[in-house]
Amino acid sequence: MAGRIPLSELGTQENATMATTSLSVNGKTVPVAVDDPDTPLLYVLRNELRLHGPRFGCGLGQCGACTVHVDGAAVRSCVTPMSAVKGKIVTLEGLGKNAEPHPLQAAFVEEQAVQCGYCINGMIMQSADLLARNPKPSEDEIKTELANNLCRCGTHLRIVRAVIRATRI
Amino acid sequence: MNRMINRRALLGASGALVVSFGLPLSRTDATRGAGPKTVSPGRVDGFLAIAPDGRVTVYSGKVDLGTGVRTALTQIVAEELDVPMSHVSLIEGDTALTPDQGVTSGSLSIQDGGMQLRQAAATARRAVLRRAAARLRHDISTLSIYEGVVIAEDGKRVPIGQFVDGTTLARDVAKDAPQKSARHYKIVGRPVPRLDIPDKVNGRFTFMQDFKLPNMLHGRVVRPSGMGATLISYDESSVEGIPGIVKVVRINNFLGVVAKSEWSAIKGAQQLAVTWSKWEGLPEQSRIWEHVRNTPVVREDVTSRFGDSRAALDITLHKLSATYEFAIHTHGSIGPSCAVASFADGKLTCWSASQATHDLRKQLAATLALSDGDVRCIYIEGAGCYGRNGHEDAAADAALLSRAVGKPVRVQWMRADEHGWDPKGPPTLLDMRAGIDKVGNVAAWESELYVPDGTASFVALVGSDLAGLDSLGKLSPGGVLNDLAIPYAFANVTTTAHRLASTPLRPAWIRSPGRLQNTFANESFLDEIAAATGADPLDIRLKYLADARGKELLERLADSSKWRDRPKPDPKADIVTGHGLAYVKYELVRTYVGAVAEIEVNRKTGHLAVKRFYIAHDCGQIINPDGLRNQIEGCIVQTVSRTLKEEVSFDRSMVTSLDWASYPILTFPEVPDVVIDLIDRPQEAPWGGGEPACAVVPSAIAGAVFEATGARLRSVPFTPDKVLAELKRA
Repeated sequence: MAGRIPLSELGTQENATMATTSLSVNGKTVPVAVDDPDTPLLYVLRNELRLHGPRFGCGLGQCGACTVHVDGAAVRSCVTPMSAVKGKIVTLEGLGKNAEPHPLQAAFVEEQAVQCGYCINGMIMQSADLLARNPKPSEDEIKTELANNLCRCGTHLRIVRAVIRATRI
Repeated sequence: MNRMINRRALLGASGALVVSFGLPLSRTDATRGAGPKTVSPGRVDGFLAIAPDGRVTVYSGKVDLGTGVRTALTQIVAEELDVPMSHVSLIEGDTALTPDQGVTSGSLSIQDGGMQLRQAAATARRAVLRRAAARLRHDISTLSIYEGVVIAEDGKRVPIGQFVDGTTLARDVAKDAPQKSARHYKIVGRPVPRLDIPDKVNGRFTFMQDFKLPNMLHGRVVRPSGMGATLISYDESSVEGIPGIVKVVRINNFLGVVAKSEWSAIKGAQQLAVTWSKWEGLPEQSRIWEHVRNTPVVREDVTSRFGDSRAALDITLHKLSATYEFAIHTHGSIGPSCAVASFADGKLTCWSASQATHDLRKQLAATLALSDGDVRCIYIEGAGCYGRNGHEDAAADAALLSRAVGKPVRVQWMRADEHGWDPKGPPTLLDMRAGIDKVGNVAAWESELYVPDGTASFVALVGSDLAGLDSLGKLSPGGVLNDLAIPYAFANVTTTAHRLASTPLRPAWIRSPGRLQNTFANESFLDEIAAATGADPLDIRLKYLADARGKELLERLADSSKWRDRPKPDPKADIVTGHGLAYVKYELVRTYVGAVAEIEVNRKTGHLAVKRFYIAHDCGQIINPDGLRNQIEGCIVQTVSRTLKEEVSFDRSMVTSLDWASYPILTFPEVPDVVIDLIDRPQEAPWGGGEPACAVVPSAIAGAVFEATGARLRSVPFTPDKVLAELKRA
């Protein structure tokens, strides 16, 4: 996990008033300084903390590519202001451990459940939320859970197979 | 140490978003020479380098658009050189390093690009073995390569890197260099796991959208309120309160905001007060087909002619005719287009997910009035790309903004930029006519296609156009004439394309351009003929196909789908099941696909659900069967989405379907099962698999709806209101 990144290195704001706060991300408390506390969490994670598991897809909360967990619940980080986040954030990078990937990550590799892979962050994070609530979901329950996560490549069948496989790991 | 190999490692390193600026233009250490690396597609060292430690670098002009082709190309080279896949790394789409192998499109990456790599590798293999024979004083026929090691009959083993110096691969690709026999393949033909997937599921993969440079600024574009509107004024004070705004850039009608942080750039673009002229030059969407039919025709292209269809139609008493429509579609990549450009000292370096970096270089050079040599375009994989989407346009935006501020600029299109301004699959109209003779044979077939003029050329760059700058743009809908000609041996056939002077929204190719629309009309109309003559959809195809390979495919499809034993639809049920069948020989010269669709229609609501697709697929030699299945599943699911749901909407000024709510695509609960029968022909040439299976989808669904209900769906998308209307008519 990246610690605080000197903002000047990233070419972000140096002079204006910076709001400094701290976030709990992937098990660590990290200081974050942004000029607007309402900056969507997505940009804070991606640009300030260099966590690019969560992705920008629509900025409207419609596609799910930006999904992260806040206190274990799947949240669309593109429409969640940083200031509104009080809980513990987990991103795709923090879902498993280096030596031990999350069962979903292992299952997605086993099933080769990726085409371009841009949506896969959301698929895994949403499914991880589901499995935490319901360890043995039916195929229909998986499809319903993922109904608001969009995939354009048509990887749906493999994604569902991967989630089912993860329930057996 | 090969720095090129390290580029991937660098890009993929955990969290390493910042890469060194400007990659070396000179030869890599692996090639140990002076001067720039050749990018000639006629040279082995255009495509390949072998380091002294035996590591192989492949320079591929074809790029992985999220299809898995990087893995397949690596398999091809590793197999042909007899080195382990782990020794091979691939550099893609860098105008300074990779040969121009044409646009990565049309399901040609393996068929064309892969075969160029295979022959280069075969030439390299022969060169290495000749060196080894001379050095080891063995007859070349007694030497072999196994896992990167030359092995002599006497047991001597020497790694291939020992036989490579600066001159070994500095040679023309030799047509006569023998390729390995498929009988000896150990890597090609295997379901090798994709190389990129572990990083993609762990958040370690660097997409174009993740790429950053030191001191990079963030740009957002502000597009006109109407496609042809002009900029009257803007008020810079409207963004004064936003911290970190660097510059509002205006070049004619091109407008963009550059800021130090991404969120400030977004806010700046949203808040900037702009006045555009009123522009209402788009046709009324409700009259789009009338508009298409009345668009001036600049040329007639007759794509096939056998016998005299006009005379034959005149004398047949039993005539059929139908018109098919295929709506305007958008690409809808899940990640909107993104590019980073750095303009400095009169030179431009541009990172993008373009499917054609060599072409993009020419277009950007034209826009910035630079020589091609002063522009370098480098590919980085973006979100899935299904044709010419907005990546090239984002590259032009980034280039213009970088030049204006003198620093590297990243442009990330917002969702509305992508849905609103990416080039569209043009509206496509087909009129079909047939004549049936007294004994029920097809005596005549005529089709007339209405489609924009042009091929797959340079699509004008939006930013360049708005700025009033040249980008070599032409009307470029893609190869839309393909598969207008038919695979069936009717006595009298004329297929004609009316090439239109314009189309409402800037067109370009989207997955299976033309082939998809034309096959929809051809296969659907053949089904209409079958129904009119009392023939089964399978039988009529077998009757008129002369192609043994195509017939074999259809028989296998009939078996796997149990076509001949399919249940009869229940005429009393509210929700009724039907089956439809379709066939294509892609462009009449390559990949064969047959499909059976199983659908359910709700007679009361018009809701159409696609439950299952059976596919038989013959693309010759299969490089990676699992990768191929993944692509075929994608073809089917994406095209079911396009067929059932998708249509770009617009008012007289602008596209109005600017998000996923107004342009819905297929969701998980709606996705059909896909059952695939791969026909592998290891001794044959490999053909494409990334798009041919798309072409059979709409007509198979339409045929199934007809079987279930007697209603003919001739207008894509098959929305519930259209289904209900046709159910009433049936």
